[in-house]
Amino acid sequence: MTKVRILLWLPLVAFILVLVVVLSGLLKPHDSTIASKVIGRPVLAFTLPSARFKERPRAFTAPGAGKPHLINLFASWCVPCLAESPQLLALKQSGVLIEGLAIRDANENIKAFLERNGDPYDDILRDDTGAVQVALGSSGVPETFVVDSKGIIRLQHIGEIRAEDVPALIEAVRQAQ
Amino acid sequence: MKRLPAFLASLLLPLAALHADPTMAPSPLAYTELSDPAQEAKARALMETIRCVVCQGQSIADSDADLAGGMRAVVRARIAAGEKPEDIRAWLISRYGRWISYKPDVEPLTWPLWAAPLVLLMVGGTLAMSVFKRRRS
Repeated sequence: MTKVRILLWLPLVAFILVLVVVLSGLLKPHDSTIASKVIGRPVLAFTLPSARFKERPRAFTAPGAGKPHLINLFASWCVPCLAESPQLLALKQSGVLIEGLAIRDANENIKAFLERNGDPYDDILRDDTGAVQVALGSSGVPETFVVDSKGIIRLQHIGEIRAEDVPALIEAVRQAQ
Repeated sequence: MKRLPAFLASLLLPLAALHADPTMAPSPLAYTELSDPAQEAKARALMETIRCVVCQGQSIADSDADLAGGMRAVVRARIAAGEKPEDIRAWLISRYGRWISYKPDVEPLTWPLWAAPLVLLMVGGTLAMSVFKRRRS
């Protein structure tokens, strides 16, 4: 008799379980941003053409000769990149080294984009196929990586840099000494 | 007068949005098959099990996102260079995490997934057995 009673409660227990699953999904929606797994690892060595010094390829590692810096993935065709350019200029003003990585972009468009919005970059390399973007585990533009003095990637900022993100990034670069 | 720049910007923004496409032609390997059919088959099989990080329900073989094209180019280039598909998968996982692969590995996290069919079969079997026994008696 007791066995039957337990079986009677089973559908209710199952229902409550489903309810918990559904409610937890409602209260904490699935976050679809894919964080890069390269944090704590060195920047891979790639030789890329520079957008700044025409057609003089250089290795995509440590532009500031062992100084902590930012790698900013951007493109002239990317609208949020337009929105973050004042923040990048503010970062440059406070002495942060910024290396640009232009994704699937042409020199003349990069040039026009920087003339319009200001140029915060110490150097710009061109990733014409997006291979370096994939190697960085990036899932879009704009994205910014903090690289420490040993060339190890310390932090990934997904999406555009907003005004409120600037102090934290300056602090992250300072700590990456 | 102060409003003028903002007004101009609001005029420019839709223009910028219209041009929100890469200005470079996609890498040749993003849309061109490898000349060796055996290699292309290997690349294709792998691409169908790699998640596009832009259109997250699609594989990079199905997605038309620029980033998926870039990933296809990486996969094809590495296959052409003689790399094994599972090594390329492992490399991609090391960049983006396990979620990028549609192929579930047997590991503690996925044990329930692999065990579920067996468990369900066993539960169903015992239920059926008890029902048949009751009928006979």
